[in-house]
Amino acid sequence: MKKTMMGNYAASWGAQLSRVQVIAAYPITPQTLIVEKLSEIVANGELDAEFIKVESEHSAMSACIGASATGARAYTATSAQGLALMHEMLHWAALARLPIVLTNVNRAMAPGWSIWADQNDSLSQRDTGLMHIFASSSQDILDSTILGYKVSEQVLLPTLISFDAFFLSHTVEVVDMPLIEDVDKFLPPYNPEYKLDVNDPRSFGALTSEEHYYEFRYKMQKAMEDAIGLIKKEGREYEKLTSRYYDLIHPYRCEDADLILVTSGTIAETTNVAVDELREEGKKVGNLRIRVIRPYPKQDILKAIKNCSKIAVIDRNISCGYHGIFAQELKSALYNETDIPVWGYLAGIGGRDVKIENIKEISDETLKSKEPEDMIMKGVKV
Amino acid sequence: MKNIPQKVIHQYLRHQKKFPHVWCAGCGNGIILGDLLRAIYNLGIKKDNIAMVSGIGCSSRMPVYVDFNTLHTTHGRAIAFATGLKFAKPEMHVIVITGDGDAAAIGGNHLIHAARRNIDLTIIIINNSIYGMTGGQYSPTTPTGKKATTAPYGSIEPTFDLCELSRCAGASFVARSTAYHTIETRKIFEKAILKKGCSVIEVISQCPVVYGRLNNITSPVKMLEWQRDNTIPVSAISKLPAEKIKGKIVRGIIHDVDKPEFTEEYDKLVKQFEKQSDNYKNNTKNNS
Repeated sequence: MKKTMMGNYAASWGAQLSRVQVIAAYPITPQTLIVEKLSEIVANGELDAEFIKVESEHSAMSACIGASATGARAYTATSAQGLALMHEMLHWAALARLPIVLTNVNRAMAPGWSIWADQNDSLSQRDTGLMHIFASSSQDILDSTILGYKVSEQVLLPTLISFDAFFLSHTVEVVDMPLIEDVDKFLPPYNPEYKLDVNDPRSFGALTSEEHYYEFRYKMQKAMEDAIGLIKKEGREYEKLTSRYYDLIHPYRCEDADLILVTSGTIAETTNVAVDELREEGKKVGNLRIRVIRPYPKQDILKAIKNCSKIAVIDRNISCGYHGIFAQELKSALYNETDIPVWGYLAGIGGRDVKIENIKEISDETLKSKEPEDMIMKGVKV
Repeated sequence: MKNIPQKVIHQYLRHQKKFPHVWCAGCGNGIILGDLLRAIYNLGIKKDNIAMVSGIGCSSRMPVYVDFNTLHTTHGRAIAFATGLKFAKPEMHVIVITGDGDAAAIGGNHLIHAARRNIDLTIIIINNSIYGMTGGQYSPTTPTGKKATTAPYGSIEPTFDLCELSRCAGASFVARSTAYHTIETRKIFEKAILKKGCSVIEVISQCPVVYGRLNNITSPVKMLEWQRDNTIPVSAISKLPAEKIKGKIVRGIIHDVDKPEFTEEYDKLVKQFEKQSDNYKNNTKNNS
């Protein structure tokens, strides 16, 4: 059933279709609509769930952890400062191996106070042990929520779904809603092997000496590696249901491209349009959209870029003191594997709009350039 | 009260730089800001001797608009930032502007610990019973049964009495006023700013656009009248029969005691050890 909705509501309906049982959240712009819609859905009886409006984001994730440990399907949503406040509990959720799905609306960190799109908030959580998806459309947000639970509950790791503030959170798009009966078949109720149960008491979060902690990390790493195959497998299952396939990377016209642009989030959608225009101008350019950054799809990327001669990464984030984070990740994946040069570009920081012409400029600049550069800060006013 | 023309208030505002402000028509924040500026004017405190610190929310936008030393911090943490500021500059008048969500939910911990330490801060909590800026989620002061976007059929949660909370936690000065009672508010602000110790002032305010709309009272005038009709001065409690007090919100100075202030106590301790150290140095010098 096709509906028009804002990106935020796609997250709400994704949670509803996933039949989440506990929702704990705290308001923050631009996430609020997700939670408001869910509170309405719950209050109207369209979803049998407990809705808790807690006193901070830290408490939101804590409540989700508690709920998930009892075997309930838990959900929360936040943005920027809220995600930063959750940080401690993100580590906890991952190490406790609780398959919570959370939505983060990518917003710039303060100060200066900003509510506009920027990926530094969620990329700062890169090493918490969460699987991390960057959605690029409202449809992607909804489907990723369902797929997120499906994969999370098998590998027992949380999933973080991020998408750009306003460009996606408050933009109305057409979303094809899967039927709940189909989703029910795809996503059975969560029934973990270990959970808090008065009839079968267990202890969570016990003191762990150096005898065992390393092995916890080993198991998490293995779970992440397993997730790569599972994301693809479940993606194919989901495709049978909806005719939509989601992979870790989404290459667009990359097969014969001389230059591949590497993008994420809404910039990836704009880049697809730019690529079409560049192709019409006779320039062989492709777009490699990174949808999942954890687990990192190294082998998929190597396969996708193997025929090109140049790569340009566009980052809406910066690790100050080094450079764009997607560029860093890509270069580390390519090292020892290929000699294809990589150009790093920054664009769209703090919600600055990245237009088709900006992407074409980046493309033209890279095609002309002979020396790769770590970071070219496009459009910075200095 | 001295008759203060608008021009006097303007000297405290960044009105040529930062206006128009973000507050909706009918909001109480402007009225309360006016009361505060008049209080500061009456006290004759220099602008540079005031630091205004806020968190996040509609009321927390206030420092943006005033020409003091200002700090617009993260959600709930204004009091924590202000504690550091007061320690570094104990001679400054540090005024915290916060709201019910900011001070009582995400920042509740900082509120009770500032009160417990009795640190010399003037904490003004503008209580509009809702998270206005993010679109109307219920807060710890949304009256039970009232609607919010996260409580479409009414909130089932009990509320905080912010004055009782602060008094019990140890604040030396606790008062309540409303946006309607501007003169009272100004006078309370004057006393609170001069008070050595933690002062907590809850100012009940109206949010016609979000709280009012969700609860079918969209007229700011009606909301101000509600504040007039549903509050009684603390001085009237002993004079009124029980049925007249029932269900009414008490306003005025609820609690005012003198007790040790945190930065002064700290200073005393430092001085005591400095003295001991000086004595020690003098003794060793005399001995050698």
